[in-house]
Amino acid sequence: MSAGESSTPLGQVRGHGSAQHGGEHWMRERLTSAALLLLGLWFVLSLLLLPRMDRLTLIEWLQAPSGAVPMALLIVIGFIHSVDGLKTVVDDYVHDEGSRLLFHGVLTFVGIGAGSVALFSLARIAFGAAA
Amino acid sequence: MTRNPDRPLSPHLTIWKWGPGMLVSILHRVTGGALAVAGLGIFTWWLWAIAAGADEYQSFVECILWEVAGIPLILLVLVGLTWAFWQHMLSGIRHLVMDSGAGFELRINKLFAVLTIAGSLFLTALTWALLMGVWS
Repeated sequence: MSAGESSTPLGQVRGHGSAQHGGEHWMRERLTSAALLLLGLWFVLSLLLLPRMDRLTLIEWLQAPSGAVPMALLIVIGFIHSVDGLKTVVDDYVHDEGSRLLFHGVLTFVGIGAGSVALFSLARIAFGAAA
Repeated sequence: MTRNPDRPLSPHLTIWKWGPGMLVSILHRVTGGALAVAGLGIFTWWLWAIAAGADEYQSFVECILWEVAGIPLILLVLVGLTWAFWQHMLSGIRHLVMDSGAGFELRINKLFAVLTIAGSLFLTALTWALLMGVWS
């Protein structure tokens, strides 16, 4: 059946099959949540197991690979999961398509921007911030 | 997507009858939003302060301990975020279980919901009791 100009939006997409990545965002939220379950517990337990909470102790912790690598993962996955989650909230409450895309764009920009600041700070610490 | 204004919207917070299930559901969203905005904000500020130097870190600590009329407001926000962290983690586990299709029986569902709240309050108290030990 041809999908001419008189056809409805539903009629135009029918028969083309799935785009194959419709569940990507949903699945990424679940995968990052599973990762954050481990990384979140690691973060809290690590802080609690530190002998003290002063700056030099924190630097020592984050300069060791056992501190720096999970922290890098926590930053990257934490920001991805947060931006995904906030976008879902926007999808639910912002009904105008233009505003919705604008919010998504802002969230992506702010998320990647702030995440980069966190990651750069960690790199500065791990690769030898002035003690 | 365009919405037909003649169609009804689904019932909202002001209309639902309150119960553990819907409370935990909305708490999951609220705590997630708080963690994403305030949590990651303070977390990034903290990392930046550690990297920036001793003076900057000292200013960060002073800001955290900032008091208004003897009440450390930012510290209270941190306690609130700790609760948000545990609540979001526990209700997140609940959601993963429910994503698998399990835990929808009314009694089980209600029990899980209540347990996430009890668990998050307990873990928040435990975390700060232990943190006080690290700090002092």
